[in-house]
Amino acid sequence: MAWTRNVMRVNLTKGTIKREPLNMEWAMEYLGQRGLATKYFVEEVDPKVDPLSPENKMIMTTGPLTGTMASTGGRYSVVTKGPLTGAIACSNSGGFIGAEIKSAGWDMIIFEGRSKKPVYLYVENDRAELLDARDLWGKSVWDTDHELHKRHQDPLIRVAAVGRAAEKGCLYAAIVNDLHRAAGRSGVGTVMASKNLKAVVVRGTRGVGNIRDPKAFMKAVNAGKKVLHDNAVTGAGLPKYGTQVLMNVINEIGASPTRNMREVQFEGASKISGEAMHEIRKSDGKANLVTNAACFGCTIACGRISVIDKNHYTVVNSPKYWGASGGLEYEAAWALGNDTGVDDLDALTYANFLCNEDGIDPISFGSTVAAAMELYETGAITKKDTGGIDLKFGSAEALTKITELTCRGEGFGKIIGLGSRRLCEKYGHPELSMTVKSQEFPAYDPRGIQGMGLAYATSNRGACHLRGYTVASEVMGIPEKTDPLTTDGKPALVKAFQDATAVVDSTGLCVFTTFAWTLNDIQPQIAAACEGDWSMEKLHEVGERIWNMERMFNNAAGFTARDDTLPRRLLTEPARTGPARGKANMLDKMLPEYYRLRGWTPEGTPTKETRARLGL
Amino acid sequence: MLRALKIEPEKCTGCLQCEMACSYENEQVFNPSKSRIRIFNFHDEGRFAPYTCTQCAEAWCLHSCPVEAIVINPKTGAKEVIEDVCVGCKVCTIACPFGTVNYNHDSGKVIKCDLCGGNPACAEACPTAAITYVDIDQTGLDRMRAHAQKTLPQSAQAA
Repeated sequence: MAWTRNVMRVNLTKGTIKREPLNMEWAMEYLGQRGLATKYFVEEVDPKVDPLSPENKMIMTTGPLTGTMASTGGRYSVVTKGPLTGAIACSNSGGFIGAEIKSAGWDMIIFEGRSKKPVYLYVENDRAELLDARDLWGKSVWDTDHELHKRHQDPLIRVAAVGRAAEKGCLYAAIVNDLHRAAGRSGVGTVMASKNLKAVVVRGTRGVGNIRDPKAFMKAVNAGKKVLHDNAVTGAGLPKYGTQVLMNVINEIGASPTRNMREVQFEGASKISGEAMHEIRKSDGKANLVTNAACFGCTIACGRISVIDKNHYTVVNSPKYWGASGGLEYEAAWALGNDTGVDDLDALTYANFLCNEDGIDPISFGSTVAAAMELYETGAITKKDTGGIDLKFGSAEALTKITELTCRGEGFGKIIGLGSRRLCEKYGHPELSMTVKSQEFPAYDPRGIQGMGLAYATSNRGACHLRGYTVASEVMGIPEKTDPLTTDGKPALVKAFQDATAVVDSTGLCVFTTFAWTLNDIQPQIAAACEGDWSMEKLHEVGERIWNMERMFNNAAGFTARDDTLPRRLLTEPARTGPARGKANMLDKMLPEYYRLRGWTPEGTPTKETRARLGL
Repeated sequence: MLRALKIEPEKCTGCLQCEMACSYENEQVFNPSKSRIRIFNFHDEGRFAPYTCTQCAEAWCLHSCPVEAIVINPKTGAKEVIEDVCVGCKVCTIACPFGTVNYNHDSGKVIKCDLCGGNPACAEACPTAAITYVDIDQTGLDRMRAHAQKTLPQSAQAA
């Protein structure tokens, strides 16, 4: 069965909690997690809804393999309409709370309305209640987590919470669970805070059972674990260096966006790389990296646990930050580092700790700071705006100061919290905002990796690497190598990655498995765990259905083909160094073919035939 | 040859595969809260530690049981709980100095590691060999070898 078949519906306006049976007809068409929760969402919410109004809903959802022994089977997602983008938002997180929700007996929790006063949801198996959180309001995620553990006198509860940034209206606030794992992008934390919901606390002791064919499942799980173990990326590179294994690689191929994406290579990359995190510091004789760490059930263990040098200016007077905590992943290191020109590893680790402590997306945050630095350089922003901060590219002091302000929602940090598009429009330079559909770019420059340009332009949640990671093919040759500098075959490649990722995000598994796994490795695990027909053909169809469903929601929300584009800089300013020198992104060579392959009109909407074929 | 679980905390990533394997072997459900082996996360130190019954030769739990529900499996040396005999009095949970015997309120009995009859599911599931099942008299062999290597001349160490 794998699904618990229980949905919890929490109406925050009325303060009611109800159990309803999972719609199994939909489960057969949308599998779980991203797909199934999005189906619930589009059925229940008006696409034109104001994301921060009580009429928006927010769904915390697990997949059928969440909480099982399938490697990486601990994921959950948050589905809502995002306040940063105005598009469908679906943010995925690891850690342990996803499996805990499942173990408590729930497939998903639907939050609707808005509580009059701050509350948190406490779930202990089938018992659930809304408890007063007035004293937690104004606290960081870390302090909230600490206080809730104390209050419930239970070391085994799992906590997901929003911090001060979300409360103060930062549009890219995250929901942070287990202290440093996050449903990070598109401002899902902002939606949670807008509902006066401070935290979700879960203790589940029922476990996950009812696997359709346990013998076949364990066989498939063990086969999958072996593939991950034997693969060079998932078996060696990721455990040793984390996603930071990419820092030097991507920089060398000239696809590392630098200083608000003006350049494609960062001279300081090696100083903030995965390799650098292993180096012993002269100052205190320790390495930045303490250990790698796994999320629930994960046999890769790419997570970084780091310590900051106690003598570093950022923490010398703050013992609170002397302990080990979630360290730099590639995206955070890049956004806080390369894109702002800062190469101080301890400063970046500190900024990353703060992003976790108060729950903001380091990608959107770093990119917005980068835009602000360029505005400062051109004189559009002055010290009068920044409150005296000398916001220069490369200034670690400026970066850490603005991180503190943004996390607390104070001073110029409130403006940075609005994101790059709103910032650049406010100061009269919309062209300097490196965003798609108002969401900031991640760490792969589409001039050096052409397919990613199309993936960004067509992503259903704005610029994002996790909706179609053609980097795998274009850079690493997974599952087969394509040339990153040409557009040949990229429309089909992007479509295939987008559809397959939609499936992975609907299972409860982590997308990082796909450095080693294809759907051929995942299919036997789903088929053995879940009742119903889960052939490869069916999975491909499910992925395509999910993608089109999200697209139709966005179309109804007001997005058109005009929004499937990239900032002018990436289309007209060629890379100046590296292998991509002389190249801009050639989106116009890819987009029409992509629409055709998708079965969409030239206006970017699914045709009647496409909708009929997918049952939409 | 009797064997024992050998635990090397420095290799543990905190993934809980062992807890799931244990609960699945014993309870037919993936449920860390019903696992006989537990992983502890010392967050601020960035350390993980797997912990379970060491199968004491003179087992406090066995001696304290008033109904003789804990017996030695001669094949594995494990101290096993006979569920039908256990009355759930929990005296063994008090007697065990390490806390590795625990009450299961669903069954009203205690649970502890029984080495899965000689094929421990936790060791099988561990992706990093932080838990292995080795000759009971030689659990220190690898550590001895590593230190012995340090006594070699420089050139041999490099090889």
